[in-house]
Amino acid sequence: MKESLKELLVQLEKDCTQPIEQLAAMLHKTKEEVAAQIKQLEDDKIIVKYQPIINWEKAGEDKVTAIIDVRITPQREVGFDAIAERIYRFPEVVNLYLMSGAYDLSVMVEGHTLKEVSKFVSTKLSTIDGVISTTTHFMLKPYKYAGVIINDREEDHRLVVSP
Amino acid sequence: MSWANRLSPAVKAVPPSGIRRFFDIAAEMKGVISLGVGEPDFITPWHIRESCMHGLHKGYTSYTSNYGLLELREEIVRTIYNNYQVTYDPRTEALVTVGVSEALDLAIRALLSPGDEVLIPEPCYVSYKACVTLAGGQPVPVPTTMEDEFRVTVEQLEKLVTPRTKVLLIGYPNNPTGAIMPKQELTAIAQFAKKYDLIVISDEIYADLTYEGTHTCFASLPEMRDRTILLNGFSKAYAMTGWRIGYALSNPDFIAAMNKIHQYTMLCAPITAQIAAIEALRHGRDKMDSMVAEYNCRRQLILDGLHQLGLKCFEPKGAFYIFPSIKETGLTSLQFAEELLKAEKVAVVPGDAFGESGEGFIRCSYASSVSNLSQALERIGRFIKQYQ
Repeated sequence: MKESLKELLVQLEKDCTQPIEQLAAMLHKTKEEVAAQIKQLEDDKIIVKYQPIINWEKAGEDKVTAIIDVRITPQREVGFDAIAERIYRFPEVVNLYLMSGAYDLSVMVEGHTLKEVSKFVSTKLSTIDGVISTTTHFMLKPYKYAGVIINDREEDHRLVVSP
Repeated sequence: MSWANRLSPAVKAVPPSGIRRFFDIAAEMKGVISLGVGEPDFITPWHIRESCMHGLHKGYTSYTSNYGLLELREEIVRTIYNNYQVTYDPRTEALVTVGVSEALDLAIRALLSPGDEVLIPEPCYVSYKACVTLAGGQPVPVPTTMEDEFRVTVEQLEKLVTPRTKVLLIGYPNNPTGAIMPKQELTAIAQFAKKYDLIVISDEIYADLTYEGTHTCFASLPEMRDRTILLNGFSKAYAMTGWRIGYALSNPDFIAAMNKIHQYTMLCAPITAQIAAIEALRHGRDKMDSMVAEYNCRRQLILDGLHQLGLKCFEPKGAFYIFPSIKETGLTSLQFAEELLKAEKVAVVPGDAFGESGEGFIRCSYASSVSNLSQALERIGRFIKQYQ
C-alpha cells in the first residue's frame, strides 16, 4: 500500500470525523485529492464502515454480552464457512472469529438481558446442524474495546509553559 | 540586610528566565490552550513504564556505576552506531546523565576556564547561555535569521570567533525554531571548528524528530568524532521528559572529566529511569515512529493554518516547534504573547526568551492534540485580525 494512503487510514482510524480540510493540511494534499482517496478506499471496501464507540453503560442502557466458544463439524468443500454464515447472519451476533485451539468459533453475542442471551444460545445457536458444543462466558466488565480504554484516567500533567 | 547581596556573582549574572514570568501568568488562568509546552503530549509508552515497574518489583533500587548501567551504555552506543555509523566504547566513551541538561552543564564545566568564549547560534534553548555564564565562561550569541531558515553559517561564525573562543555549542533540530542543518552546511561548520581548533558540543535531543531528509550527527562528520561532545537523551523521541535521562558520548578524556563532576554532584542517574531507557532503546522504535508520524501531520496542519492567517513563517523540519514572525502586528514578542493570553487564552512563548534574535517571533509547540491546535489557530486568527 502507498505510504500516503496508509497515513490517511491511520488518521481516519484515530478520528473519522475530522474535517477534510484538516486531513488535507495534515497530509500535505489538496481537499480534492483526499476526497478521491477516501472514496477509493470506500469503494475497495478497505474502509468498511464508520461508527462511533459508545459506552452504553454510561448512556444508561443495560446490555449483556457473552462470548461463546463453539465447536463445530466442518463440512466438505465449504469447511467452516457455511456454518459460520448461518451464525453471523443473526443480528444478535456482533463478532465472529474462526479460532485455532480447543474450539472452532468464537461468537460474541449481545442482548438486553441474561435470559435473552441464554435463550439465543440454547434455541438458535446450539441447534444449528454441525454445532457440537457451546461454552458460554458472560462478560462482567469492559476495560478496553477496539483499542480504546473505556475509562481512561490518564491525564495531561504537563506544566502550561515549559522551555 | 539583603540576602541577595550574599549570592555568588556568577549566579547574579544570569538573568531570570524569560519563560518563568510568563508561566506564572498562564498557570493561574483557566481554559488556556497551551502551545507553550516544550515536551511531548504523549505519555511514555506503556511497555517502557511497565519495564520500570518490573525493575522495581525485582528490587532494582540501588546506585549504579557513575557512568550508568553498562547494559544501557551498550544499547546507547549500538543505537548511535546503527543510526549514524559512529563508534564509541561503552566503557570509556559514554556517560549516562540526568537528562541532556546535566550533560550540557557537565560538558561546559569540564571544558571552560574563566573568560573562555562559547559561540552559540541563536535563537537557542534557554539553558545554553546560562550554563556558560554559571561556569565563568562568556557566551557569544551568533544571530540567525528566518531568511536563512535559522541555520548558522560559517560567515556569521567567522565574524565572532576570537582567540578566546574554545567551544561551539549547537542544537539541531532546534528548539525554538524547528530548524535543521543539512549535511553540507554542517560539514562547512565542521571545517570551521577544525580551522580554529574548537570543541563542538552538539545537543541532538531532537534528532529523531526530523521530518525531511535524515538527521546528520555532528560526530559522524570527518575528523569530528573526538572533537565533539555528542549529547542526546530520551525525553523527546520516547516521551520521557520527567524520567530525566540523557547521555554524552565523546573521547575518553572528555567523558572522564565530565564524570569527575558527575560523580561528586549527581553520583548517577536514577536506576529506575536507566532501566526504562534500556527498554526504550530495545523495543521503542515502532512506537516512536508512530509518534513522529503524528507530529509530522500536526506540523503540516499548523504550518498551513499559520500561513492562512497571514503570519510569515518558515517551514520547520525538525523538533515540534514552529516559529512564526509576528513583526507585522507591531507588537513585541512579549506583548504579543501576553495580549494573546489575556484576550484569547492561548499560551505561546515569546521568541526573545530564546535570545535577542528571537525578538519578533513566537514559539508555538505542536506537541498538542489536533483539536487543540485547530482551536488555537482559530483564536490566534481572531486575535491578529485587529492588527491587520
